[in-house]
Amino acid sequence: MNYVRDVGALTRKDLLLELRAKETLPSMLLFVIAALTIFHFALPAGAGDAAALGLLWSALIFTALLGLTRAFVAEREQGLFDALILTPCDRSAIWLGKALAVCAFLVCAEVVALPAFALFFHAVGGRTVAAVALADIGIATVGTLFGAMAVAGKARELLLPLLFLPAAVPIVVGGVGGYLWFLALYDGVFALLAWALFEYVVAEI
Amino acid sequence: MIQARGLAKRYGDRRVFRDVDLDVPAGSFLLVTGPNGSGKTTLLRVLAGLAAPSAGDLTLPARHTIGYLGHEPLVYRELTPLENLNLFARLYRLPERGERIGMLLERFGLWEVRHERVSTFSRGMRQRLGLCRVLLHVPELLVLDEPFNALDAEGAALLDEVLGELRTVVLATHEPERVERLATERLAFA
Repeated sequence: MNYVRDVGALTRKDLLLELRAKETLPSMLLFVIAALTIFHFALPAGAGDAAALGLLWSALIFTALLGLTRAFVAEREQGLFDALILTPCDRSAIWLGKALAVCAFLVCAEVVALPAFALFFHAVGGRTVAAVALADIGIATVGTLFGAMAVAGKARELLLPLLFLPAAVPIVVGGVGGYLWFLALYDGVFALLAWALFEYVVAEI
Repeated sequence: MIQARGLAKRYGDRRVFRDVDLDVPAGSFLLVTGPNGSGKTTLLRVLAGLAAPSAGDLTLPARHTIGYLGHEPLVYRELTPLENLNLFARLYRLPERGERIGMLLERFGLWEVRHERVSTFSRGMRQRLGLCRVLLHVPELLVLDEPFNALDAEGAALLDEVLGELRTVVLATHEPERVERLATERLAFA
């Protein structure tokens, strides 16, 4: 029960920080709309639906990356990992709280991105919506782990894309192909890995 | 409380300190002094359990019984003092957190600004809030790195008063004369 309360308090904190600072979500929204607009004009007339869907997934992955680069800004700039890891809360609760907040930002971005995609390209089916929802879980869990690893690294702005983009390839494959079982498997495996590994990532930040 | 034998810390090829032996019994006050770059901050991070030593044996109390205040007050700038302390009180599972938070904010002169964002505070006010955070869970061991930094005369006097009431303290400062009377153990880096 304490674990759930800790995760709740940490997620609430991240949502509140974004509500006050208004830095991450507006940037994500602007980026995803701009990317889809560019893709709309860049895609040759007569290109198939599959090509458009590939561009949607590219836009979503890079929008997520934008959000992830901001995920640990407060902890990094103000040294707050020191204060958090001295509390009796499980270190994985810090990861889960952050991953839930990242997931919430992704959902907000997609609430705007999917109708925009439907407007520019073609209607979004239920399978795509389900794939996007499953992808959000994978992106948030893996991305938050890599975001924390990047905080510890020297070239942090470089490190996060280098770690995250290769790990996001299966998400794009599953998303474009509409392989929901594959995305669910990815979520399960990587959520478990990230949950178990986060303690070692923050061991000496 | 703290026992260290042959403690050393390296970052790659750079040796920060070595051969540090310490016995800090419960109720004592360890004063750490030394010039800039001598390893005080790194040693304090090791003694707070925030960094692992590269060599040596170290015995520390349980992590959640340690309070650590570094060069930063370690509070969220976009939250208010009340929101910051509420978050940490929840994570420390304090039973009567409202009462404890109210008492600390009153004592450190932050009650009137409890609903204002920390980003609007001066460095001294943030340091006061950092002290509130670190004292919130009544730590058994308090590790303080230059805690007088940015505090005005009133804040420094308040910290002097608080330090006299605490159980076990490890404190690094460039102003050893401020706390010399409280020190029971000393460690001077060259």
